[in-house]
Amino acid sequence: MENKLEAKNVSVFYGEFQALNNINMKFKENAVTALIGPSGCGKSTYLRLFNRMNDYVDSFRMEGEILVDGNDIYNKDVLVDELRKGIGMVFQKPNPFPKSIFENVAYGLKIQGIKNKAVLKNRVRKALQQAALWDEVKNDLDKSALELSGGQQQRVCIARALAVEPSIILMDEPTSALDPIATAKVEELIHELKKDYTIIIVTHNMQQASRISDYTAFFYMGDLIEYNKTDIIFTNPEHERTQNYITGRFG
Amino acid sequence: MKKEKIIEGLLKFSALVTILTTVGILYVLLSESISFFSEVSIWEFITDKEWTPLFVNKHFGIMPLVMGTLLTTFIAVAVALPIGITIAIYLSEYAPKKFKKIVKPLLEILAAVPTVVYGFFALMVVTPFLQSFIPGMSGFNSLSAGIVMGIMIIPYVSSLSEDALSAVPKSLRNASYGMGATRLQTAFKVMVPAASSGIIVSVILAFSRAIGETMIVAIAAGQQPRLTANPLVPVETITAYIVQVSLGDVAHGTLEYKTIFAAGITLFIFTFILNNISFYIRKKFKEQYD
Repeated sequence: MENKLEAKNVSVFYGEFQALNNINMKFKENAVTALIGPSGCGKSTYLRLFNRMNDYVDSFRMEGEILVDGNDIYNKDVLVDELRKGIGMVFQKPNPFPKSIFENVAYGLKIQGIKNKAVLKNRVRKALQQAALWDEVKNDLDKSALELSGGQQQRVCIARALAVEPSIILMDEPTSALDPIATAKVEELIHELKKDYTIIIVTHNMQQASRISDYTAFFYMGDLIEYNKTDIIFTNPEHERTQNYITGRFG
Repeated sequence: MKKEKIIEGLLKFSALVTILTTVGILYVLLSESISFFSEVSIWEFITDKEWTPLFVNKHFGIMPLVMGTLLTTFIAVAVALPIGITIAIYLSEYAPKKFKKIVKPLLEILAAVPTVVYGFFALMVVTPFLQSFIPGMSGFNSLSAGIVMGIMIIPYVSSLSEDALSAVPKSLRNASYGMGATRLQTAFKVMVPAASSGIIVSVILAFSRAIGETMIVAIAAGQQPRLTANPLVPVETITAYIVQVSLGDVAHGTLEYKTIFAAGITLFIFTFILNNISFYIRKKFKEQYD
């Protein structure tokens, strides 16, 4: 397995505040990497570096390099829009557009200029099948996505990200607003997806990290404390702080 | 405790005053119009193509006035709609926050300029300017009145549309950017459709404001009731006619005098319908994100 993503000496500042402190990390291709740590530890900021979503935050400043397939994405010549077309993102709260289910999933394709109806239909169907939602909505594709349940909405958002066939998917606490049954479905889905995608997931849920990820990184106060295979992190962590966090002694 | 009661009474009184004023206006409008329509049939009022109540040969067809009103209003909306929405999109999607904070109130000053100044501006500046490359354009015309009225209502469209765009949840914008959409694609494919009800309401409000506008059209559009769609010739709007009669020496209680109430109630019906449409749209789309 190759290194799909890499962070080299990455530090992030919001004005005077340092949110991330000299992070070095390599992400394996076609694996799920979980980022864990207490609130405010910088893991969401870190996740958003990989598709440059922090660019819109005033006073955001970064040092170091983020490499995707070996290329520095913070290079001046990089077209941010193009970069994001290859990296899907799923957000904390389901955020479907106030459009039909079909239009939601087809959004990224239409943005890329695909107009052929047959192609759109096929890709939408495929994405919804991958997101394990097709059977539930195949007869209601014209229904507004806002009428779906929270769990279904989140799967529409996942399908929306999958439809453009990215190679990387970033997930920012994708199940924090969902009930246990919907959470289980999304987790199952993540497990399926890692065959084809490199997935980075931020989560507050320790069990979730241990269930679905291959690698786990523990962040604390802007520092990367420990990064290893998930089973090692959860059974035999090197650092006491990691041990304390995963056993729920703080955080 | 007595003091409380007095204050409560005063508050109730002020609320009642506004309601009673509206009721009073409606009562006068209706009673005078009813007496007008007892002499002139509604059918004649709607179908006659001439409006000459002040001449010897009297005609009471409201259509020329309605046409003049709609013509100036459509020109105004045609100016204000694209400019206002462009400004709204720029301010909400592109402009830095600090810039928006300064520019938005500045724009609203446009609506605070006395309309008589606008009317004068249309007559003395815009018309001569347009005449320099539109030969045969009259000194009074609906085009320059409409354009200047359009400038006046820009802030209605831009400010209210900007409010509507800003009210769209940030998460939708993030979702769109996350898919690799550009700012322009995000603005037109996500933000504008999501804010469409608020934008429509802003346009209707601007429309309603333009229909009721008096001074600009009275000064710059002329006072010749004419059933025409030609923007280069003098026309008369409903409001301009009411001004003309109110300021003239028409005797109180005559049929000529009552025409202004018939014209007034026509105007009232237009704005009443528009306000209700906007109220309906606002209510219908209100819970979209809840």
